[in-house]
Amino acid sequence: MKSAVILFPGTNRENDAIAALEQASGVKPQLVWHGETDLPKVDMIMVPGGFSYGDYLRCGAMGANSPIMREVAKAANAGVTVFGVCNGFQILTETGLLPGALMHNASLKFICKRTQLKVESNATNFTSAYETGQVITVPVAHNEGNYFADTDTLDRLEGEGRVAFRYCDEDGVVSDATCLNGSQRNIAGILNEKGNVLGMMPHPENAIDPLHGGVEGSPLFTSIVNSLS
Amino acid sequence: MKAKVTITLKNGVLDPQGKAIEHALTALDFGGVDEVRQGKVIELDLAETDEAKAKTQVEAMCEKLLANTVIEDYSIELSA
Repeated sequence: MKSAVILFPGTNRENDAIAALEQASGVKPQLVWHGETDLPKVDMIMVPGGFSYGDYLRCGAMGANSPIMREVAKAANAGVTVFGVCNGFQILTETGLLPGALMHNASLKFICKRTQLKVESNATNFTSAYETGQVITVPVAHNEGNYFADTDTLDRLEGEGRVAFRYCDEDGVVSDATCLNGSQRNIAGILNEKGNVLGMMPHPENAIDPLHGGVEGSPLFTSIVNSLS
Repeated sequence: MKAKVTITLKNGVLDPQGKAIEHALTALDFGGVDEVRQGKVIELDLAETDEAKAKTQVEAMCEKLLANTVIEDYSIELSA
């Protein structure tokens, strides 16, 4: 699998993204600067976390309008796999590749901790190496991860099986009490209609080595590689 | 002409920052504040001199970049 990682001014998780993709695919991803107008020919694009453009105006708003994102959107619409994590998820919603928006955490606090996620289904290109309903532990680190969409959009996401991950507790209980940041319906990650674009706030790329304290993020990258081979 | 764009969260979208301000005002003994909504103001200095054209231009800016219409409303005030 050939992949690219997009780099914006203020991105700071690109090396974590590269490590995770290289571990799963055996091929080092290409780093692509946001000002580029050409994407290398790749099977998969990752938009990593960080603080692109210093989160000016709204998180992800400036990054979404940078030259390379026009190419990423074209590639996504042509079926290329695109995965946005944290600020990358915010950028994908701002480009319109994914519905909804990420708002300030309901607590108004930056949340940096390990959290539990429920894998809603393993019938996606991003989750096939998990079990449906599996509870995984991965880190989160964000201030604006509170997923919002109108009721119709939320119902559509649920109806079409496009909620990929939800915040839960260690037993997989999804409730208001286990909702990390105020996200509607505990949503932590969603897919686009075609299923080739995933955005999520938590960081699976930071749970791929025992030294991270866990490796439960690795199957996500394995799933991506398997879906493309 | 000059344009002043006011961006606020839509009605029905929870505004935790507004809530925190409301609580702080109450704690400071400012009574009678029922609700606080926080937003942002963006001031633009435009080359355009025709009001109708300026309005169209700024609306397009709001739709494309200045506001996220999934969660935000915007209003535009123009002045010479």
